[in-house]
Amino acid sequence: MRYTTVPTICSYCGCGCELLFEVLDGELVGTIPSKANPINHGSLCIKGWTAHEFVVSEKRLEKPLIRKNGELKEASWEEALSLISLRLKEIKHSSGAESLACLSSAKCTNEENYLMQKLMRAALGTNTIDHCARL
Amino acid sequence: MDPLREKVKTLLQEKTISAFLGMKQDYDHAIPFLFTSPEGVESLIIGDARYPMAKIFPKIAHKYPDHHLGIMVRGCDEKALIELYRNHQLERSQVIPLGVACSGELAQKCNCPTPYPSQCIVGEAQERPFDRSALDTIESLSLEERFTYWTNQFGKCIKCYGCRNICPVCFCEVCTLEDKPLIPLGEIPPQVPSFHLSRAFHMAGRCIDCGLCEEGCPVDIPLRTLYRKVREVVKDLFDFLPGEEKEEEPPLHTLGDGTFKLK
Repeated sequence: MRYTTVPTICSYCGCGCELLFEVLDGELVGTIPSKANPINHGSLCIKGWTAHEFVVSEKRLEKPLIRKNGELKEASWEEALSLISLRLKEIKHSSGAESLACLSSAKCTNEENYLMQKLMRAALGTNTIDHCARL
Repeated sequence: MDPLREKVKTLLQEKTISAFLGMKQDYDHAIPFLFTSPEGVESLIIGDARYPMAKIFPKIAHKYPDHHLGIMVRGCDEKALIELYRNHQLERSQVIPLGVACSGELAQKCNCPTPYPSQCIVGEAQERPFDRSALDTIESLSLEERFTYWTNQFGKCIKCYGCRNICPVCFCEVCTLEDKPLIPLGEIPPQVPSFHLSRAFHMAGRCIDCGLCEEGCPVDIPLRTLYRKVREVVKDLFDFLPGEEKEEEPPLHTLGDGTFKLK
C-alpha cells in the first residue's frame, strides 16, 4: 500500500504551473494543483487538471509510424529516422531550407527543445520553429 | 505537532491502522502522503495549506476495503467525511480520523466559523464569527443587478472543472457537467449561467462550505458565496446543514412521496 504525491511542472505550456501527481501503488491516478507555487497557487486549467491522463493514455504512440500507400504502419526507429533524415535533405536540396519548419513539443525537456531548434537552425538552416504550447 | 506524530506512530506500531494519510515535508514541499511505517512519521507535518484530503482518501480506502486507515482531518475534512459516510461513499468503520484545529490565520483566510473537528489532537477549538458581508452585499442588489453581477462572474470561467475536481463531496461517477445534452463537451467558454447553476443545484444538501473550489478557481469566481446561499436555502427549507453530525437522511435522498429511499 503506497500513496504519494509527486511535485512536478505541467508540461502543457510555458506558464510553468506546479502539479502534484498522485501515485497509488506505482500507478498514476490523478493530479492536484500545488499550493506551494507562486505561479499558479492552487489553480490549474483543464489541461493541467488532466495532465496525468496522457501519460497512461492508450492512444499514446509507443512506436514510430510511417505512412505507406496512404496507411500508417509501425516502423523501427532506425527506419523512421533514416526516412526523416533522407526527406529533410531532399526537401532542403530541392526547395531550400526555408521550406522546412519544425513544431516542437511541451512534453519534451527544455534541453530536448534546445537541441530541436539547434538542429533546425544550425544543421538545416531554417528559423521557422514553433512549439505546441502556442496552441 | 508532536502529539499527532506520537499518536500516528502508536497506531501504526499497534497495527490499529495500516496507513495514515497526512501531509509530508518533502524537501521544500508539503505534500499529501500516505504514511505506512512508524519510522516514516518523522516527516509528518500539518502544513499551512489545505489539500483535499477527503477527496484523496476514498481512492485509497476503496482499493483497500479490508484495512483500517487513518487520516488527518481539519474541521472541513471532517465535515466532508461525514457527507461521504452519509452518501455511502465511505465505510465509517474503516476510517480513523485524527483531528487538528486550524491556526487563527488560516481560519481567518478561509472565513471559517468552525475551523476545528470534533476532537483535536493538535490545537484548540475556537469558534469565529462568519463574515457574511459578501452575501449581504449581493442580496442588497436588485434582481437585475444581481443577474448582471453573476453573469459577469460566470463569464470569466475557463471551464477547467477545477471546482468539481477539488470538491471533496463531488463523487458521482457520471457528472452532470459532462452530460452532453446539457453541457457541450470540448467547447469553451461554458454556457452562462447553465454550467455554474447546474453545479450550484448539485451542491444543495451536499456542500460543506470548505471553500476549496473558490480557492482553486483560476479566475476568482466567488463560488463559495453562491454555494453558501444554496446551503442557507437547504437549511431554511429542511433544517439540514451538510457536514453536521446527525442521524438523519439528507433531504434530497428522499424522492417523491418518501416511499423510495436511496440505499
